[in-house]
Amino acid sequence: MINKLIDSTQLLGRAALARLQALGRAGVFLFSSLMWGGPGSAGFGDLIKQIYSIGVRSLSIIIVAGFFVGMVLGLQGYTILSDFGSEAALGTMVSLTLLRELGPVVTALLFAGRAGSALTAEIGLMKATEQISAMEMMGVDPLKRIITPRLWAGFIAMPILALLFSLVGIWGGAYVGINMLGVDEGAYWGNMQASVQFYDDVIKGLIKSLAFGLVVTWIAVYQGFDSIPTSEGISKATTQTVVVASLAVLGLDFVLTAIMLGSI
Amino acid sequence: MSSEQAFVSIRGMSFSRGNRLIFDNIDLDIPKGKVTAIMGPSGTGKTTLLRLIGGQILPDAGTIEVDGYNVPTLKRAQLFELRKKSMGMLFQSGALFTDLSVFDNVAFPIRVHSDLPESMVRDLVLMKLEAVGLRGARHLMPAELSGGMARRVALARTIALDPEMMLYDEPFTGLDPISLGVTVKLIKSLNDALSLTSVLVTHDVEEACTIADYVCLLSEGGVIGFDTPENLIENGSEQVRQFMQGKPDGPVPFHFPANDFSADLLKRVK
Repeated sequence: MINKLIDSTQLLGRAALARLQALGRAGVFLFSSLMWGGPGSAGFGDLIKQIYSIGVRSLSIIIVAGFFVGMVLGLQGYTILSDFGSEAALGTMVSLTLLRELGPVVTALLFAGRAGSALTAEIGLMKATEQISAMEMMGVDPLKRIITPRLWAGFIAMPILALLFSLVGIWGGAYVGINMLGVDEGAYWGNMQASVQFYDDVIKGLIKSLAFGLVVTWIAVYQGFDSIPTSEGISKATTQTVVVASLAVLGLDFVLTAIMLGSI
Repeated sequence: MSSEQAFVSIRGMSFSRGNRLIFDNIDLDIPKGKVTAIMGPSGTGKTTLLRLIGGQILPDAGTIEVDGYNVPTLKRAQLFELRKKSMGMLFQSGALFTDLSVFDNVAFPIRVHSDLPESMVRDLVLMKLEAVGLRGARHLMPAELSGGMARRVALARTIALDPEMMLYDEPFTGLDPISLGVTVKLIKSLNDALSLTSVLVTHDVEEACTIADYVCLLSEGGVIGFDTPENLIENGSEQVRQFMQGKPDGPVPFHFPANDFSADLLKRVK
């Protein structure tokens, strides 16, 4: 009985230590990747290529999702607001919800699923096919050549994608509100302009998506680099990227929102 | 052998993976300017030895000197410098960068490590590709190459920086007879033309014996033979000869250790 208790305590301790070690490794990994310096440290050509494959190729999913989310917001918002006779505030509601919360968060979740998983699988496969070892043996640091440009690309692409998501979402809300439900067009856009603050809403939303961009890309490249180079290992790492990155985004969102609203 | 200068010198090196001891306090010298084949049964750590020499993994004890530098104690930047200057490694899969064309793959190390004008990079790449007979394939992508061609492109990429030592990881595995012949010829001719030191890990006794100046046989954590191929085949211990002649049974038994066969068959299943 006591032995069992000791065993399970040991197991718990060992698991906790393993987690801590992984966290430490991930921290050192991020630090040494960013030590290589700015976005162009491995050549701007590489950076542009990565922004294209991470950012531009995520555009379709971001734009379609943004439009639908905006339309649903318009529909739900109208139903609630019309009970109080304040349909005119629909534009305000849709835009604030998107700029402050849904834009950065949903973009980050979609980004983790679309680009994050692709990054992990790509780097994991590079490891499995010995491309990373080959690079090391040529005297080229794979952190600098492979990881640094991808980290910067994620950091740069995420806020732009989040802004586009919000923009398209506001159009979607307008389409449903104005064209289908008959909200006054002047009220929709006028109230929005009057209530959205550039710093408090737009910039704070951008700061959030910058943080999400860094965290999601960091998790994705680290999972790929640290994966066991077998088909099972890579599939596990890819799943891990989506799960960990999504949870990290949601948790971080709460912390950032609390700080921004001054509640903590 | 003793009169020859060693390019790689390993002393008292031990390495274990988990609880399994792969190398137990081994000493090994790889002579400069020669082709040395490292052979041994599967799982004896031949590829591990290459990775240890290349500094990709660290030994538990002992020294591994390459060109006078003790690899395990080098700092990251020094290690990259040594690899750039002295080592090239050809991987079993070729390890070509799948997003770059054949030309760009070979040009990659030159572009990263030098500021040469593009016209000179082009000349160098074409020279290297000509040496492996694939100048005409420079516009192809790695996915369009056969296994043998991919390995030759990888070979061209590895010699792009003119290394002093080439490490080949199973260069003959999975090749058709023609590609095999080409690879064997290339390894030998490159070694002689560029006065390289070559280390090749292989299972292929016959091919290795045709080009290797020395054969190093590994088994159960140690070096069980190091000599010219002819000497090993004729005068090696019983275990060495079993391996070199490919006999199914001998000191290395055919059967994995097990209890008595008839007793095993008669045992009742619970």
